[in-house]
Amino acid sequence: MNIREILYTPLLKENPVTLHVLGICAALAITNSVTSSLIMSLATTIVLVISNATISLIRNHLPGSVRIIVQITIIASAVTVIDQCMQAFVPELARTLSVYIGMIVTNCIVLGRAEACAMKNGVTHSILDAIGNGVGYSIVLVSVSIIRELLGNGSLMGYEILALTRDGGWFEPNEMMLLSPSAFFIIGFMIWGVRTWLPEQVEQADFKPLPLQQAEKI
Amino acid sequence: MQDFIAIFIRSVFIENLALAYFLGMCTFLAVSKQIKTAIGLGIAVIVVEVISVPLNNLIFQYLLKDGALAWAGLGHLDYSFLGLLSYIAVIAAMIQILEMVLNRFFPALFNTLGIYLPLLTVNCAILGASLFMVQREYTFIESVAYGLGSGCGWALAIIALAGLREKMKYCDIPDGLQGVGITFITTGVIALAFMAIAGIQL
Repeated sequence: MNIREILYTPLLKENPVTLHVLGICAALAITNSVTSSLIMSLATTIVLVISNATISLIRNHLPGSVRIIVQITIIASAVTVIDQCMQAFVPELARTLSVYIGMIVTNCIVLGRAEACAMKNGVTHSILDAIGNGVGYSIVLVSVSIIRELLGNGSLMGYEILALTRDGGWFEPNEMMLLSPSAFFIIGFMIWGVRTWLPEQVEQADFKPLPLQQAEKI
Repeated sequence: MQDFIAIFIRSVFIENLALAYFLGMCTFLAVSKQIKTAIGLGIAVIVVEVISVPLNNLIFQYLLKDGALAWAGLGHLDYSFLGLLSYIAVIAAMIQILEMVLNRFFPALFNTLGIYLPLLTVNCAILGASLFMVQREYTFIESVAYGLGSGCGWALAIIALAGLREKMKYCDIPDGLQGVGITFITTGVIALAFMAIAGIQL
């Protein structure tokens, strides 16, 4: 695989959210504002790079039976460092994201990439893969949050874009967009869009209803 | 006693980890195709929560909290920044031990739960319960009630979704939505319905 392929496939073709359904919890909980989802994507990408690089360095010395615990410990250390840095430098944001920064430990993307890529490939490949997946994840996170913040609050990153009716403008905000269930619908429709564009990702149904004319004969 | 029942009820219905906080979603969406497997995973989550939340509570109270090491004469130490690392290590180690114990003494149960146990290490519902327990400063007994409640709530949610998905496999769904897509939208509708009881105070 060349560098470009490693970097670009996770962006759309094998996107961690829309194809592999990894890392959903954070994607749902913090995407109601663009700022917090940008910070969250940045933190997740940094953790991914650190953990993939470290695990790929020690992959030949890891006994199979304890590898999950070792991987989790490495990931948790990286997350602790990020968490402490955030509490020191951006305490306000750290408070709004509360437990969700800690939850990066159990973000399946991080462990998933450690298992699927870092355990089998060299350091450079693992770092590139981590960057690719981090950016692929960020794309989904940020686009969901743009839809939610714009329609739910009429603003982007806190700046007013659509003037709200309660401030004398014309836009009536859709409050539901600020509630987490709306993220389910947005991601669901995103998956629909991606799979209509790339039909090879479509899952096979267990049952197919018969066409109407055929069913009437029976 | 009433407090504990209130914590239990609240964590099952009002602050449901899956449908109100959206934790453990990856496993929630991936392993909810059949009711049988959903029940197996649900029981595994309950077991792990009931053990790990109180255990992490003890670790937080007697080792990590500011001044917690006073019993060893080291009252000036504050190790709370190590929390994340210790909780996840406890959870991972406990799941490994649980797997071995079940394999040795309860082979039948192991065969049902076995394949789901390793999955639980990266289930954020488990870590999330421990983090919420610390954030809300529960005592030891409260943390038992909270562990049991949050586990039951998660199990209830995944079984409900599996029931819906079993019915839904006979439906004619557009190609692109097949599988994951429609599951997302279904979960969204369930979560929306769940918000109706979110405001109840106990």
